[in-house]
Amino acid sequence: MSLAEPVRPRALNEPRWVRWSLIGTALVFLGFFLFLPLVLVFYEAFKDGMAVYIAAIKEPVALAAIRLTLLVAFIAVPINFLFGLAAAWAIAKFRFRGKNVLITLIDLPFSVSPVISGIMFVLLFGAHGFFGPWLQSHDLRIIFAVPGIVLATMFVTSPMVARELIPLMQAQGSDEEEAALTLGASGWQMFLRVSLPKIRWGLLYGVVLCNARAMGEFGAVSVVSGHVRGLTNTMPLHVEILYNEYQFSAAFAVASLLALLALVTLAIKSVIEWRMGR
Amino acid sequence: MPGFGLALGFTLLYLGLMVMIPLSTVFLKTATMTWNTFWATVSGPRALAAYRLSLGASFIAASINVVFGLLVAWVLERYSFPGRRLIDAFVDLPFALPTAVAGIALATIYAKNGWVGRWLEPLGIQVAFTPLGVVVALTFIGLPFVVRTVQPVLADLDPEVEEAAASLGAGRWATFRRVILPELMPAATTGFVLAFARALGEYGSVIFIAGNMPMHSEITPLLIMIKLEQYDYAGATAIAMVFLIVSFALLFLVNFLAWRRNRRLRAGEAA
Repeated sequence: MSLAEPVRPRALNEPRWVRWSLIGTALVFLGFFLFLPLVLVFYEAFKDGMAVYIAAIKEPVALAAIRLTLLVAFIAVPINFLFGLAAAWAIAKFRFRGKNVLITLIDLPFSVSPVISGIMFVLLFGAHGFFGPWLQSHDLRIIFAVPGIVLATMFVTSPMVARELIPLMQAQGSDEEEAALTLGASGWQMFLRVSLPKIRWGLLYGVVLCNARAMGEFGAVSVVSGHVRGLTNTMPLHVEILYNEYQFSAAFAVASLLALLALVTLAIKSVIEWRMGR
Repeated sequence: MPGFGLALGFTLLYLGLMVMIPLSTVFLKTATMTWNTFWATVSGPRALAAYRLSLGASFIAASINVVFGLLVAWVLERYSFPGRRLIDAFVDLPFALPTAVAGIALATIYAKNGWVGRWLEPLGIQVAFTPLGVVVALTFIGLPFVVRTVQPVLADLDPEVEEAAASLGAGRWATFRRVILPELMPAATTGFVLAFARALGEYGSVIFIAGNMPMHSEITPLLIMIKLEQYDYAGATAIAMVFLIVSFALLFLVNFLAWRRNRRLRAGEAA
């Protein structure tokens, strides 16, 4: 097929000049809003040379931020994976009253502003919060410490896996599962050998998106972190601090790692969509 | 089918602990304020200016996203050109790119000496550190929503309808306006509300480019953040609650639109 050629008969297509100006306008818009920011991140990161880039990332504080970000994702993603799996199983395989309310509740964190997601945990566990005095008397810290960051991240990313799995499992139905049960498989056997393989791509998709969001979360984490360098700074918070201190090369160097994560996420997503034969 | 008790039990437990209890604190904390203090906080001039900016900028950004989202969805579904699949994949970038990274990148691009800012400066257009910057950041954040809601509808559109319009003598523009666009509008509306809701709560990508001047370029989530940093927990929570109620109303609207569309589809199948 030659360039911008109609996929459909002539009467159902636009003249060539219309096609090309629509494509052109769309590309200019996407160029300004998507490609330019992405290119700029890498340009600014490497502008002062490779040595500056590597120094910015090998800085102990930056390394601590990277470690913390990995740790938070390492805790939050598996828990939300289990939650997504359980929620999708209950919703897709059974009929019960209040199912639509449950789906709305699962989606709820998406419509809560990140800043508000953070505040809720400060109100619960902060020094003046509902459990604050109790935590203090037992010498426990959640807010301005790692547990608070993990909790806020878990809240923000909790719908991600469920969101991907519910429509997929609803569309697939339960015929194979019922066949396995009739053939004498136990519940867990059926789940592990039939259900999980059926949803593996959707599951991977959800986990990848959940991970990207967990590593990149900024607003909610910003509220509960307290910004203690080397202790409670995740990568996005570290980027913010460097940027506000006018250390632009270093800020963009750390940002480029997060941008790379986004690109890998998009690549995996495309491969999965291709495999699922969208 | 086994596992109902375990699956539903775990789901409800997790939702209760992670979502319902934390959310209820916002309402409980606000309930400790007197009505007069609450009202004075949520209707103060600074708060009103922040609502106005958040609502206005989100509305403009979501509207831009409807126009360009329809265009991008159309181009990606209907035409073939080099790099189409790559661009299709890139549309989701705002979902995958951490908001703080988007924020510093946009702020740098639209600063006075930035890649785009330096060309706008002589024209007297300032983007960074103005409400216009807020709109730019929110447009970036909401970009995928309309594209992704419209694309599947466009792909499923029956060519026969367009053929019928063409055989009855309608030109392409008339067919688009009278036949195709009405089919796309429900999906575009859902995309608009999703983009609007997302823009309303957005924080990370906005604060770097906004300049954050009280009464001028301060978005509501930032005002909440500032009140928190001043240890004004009650004030922050009160504004947060107003914002939560607006967000939930939007979520309700999205679900209502989806429900109505499904019902119409089912009615269409039955006919």
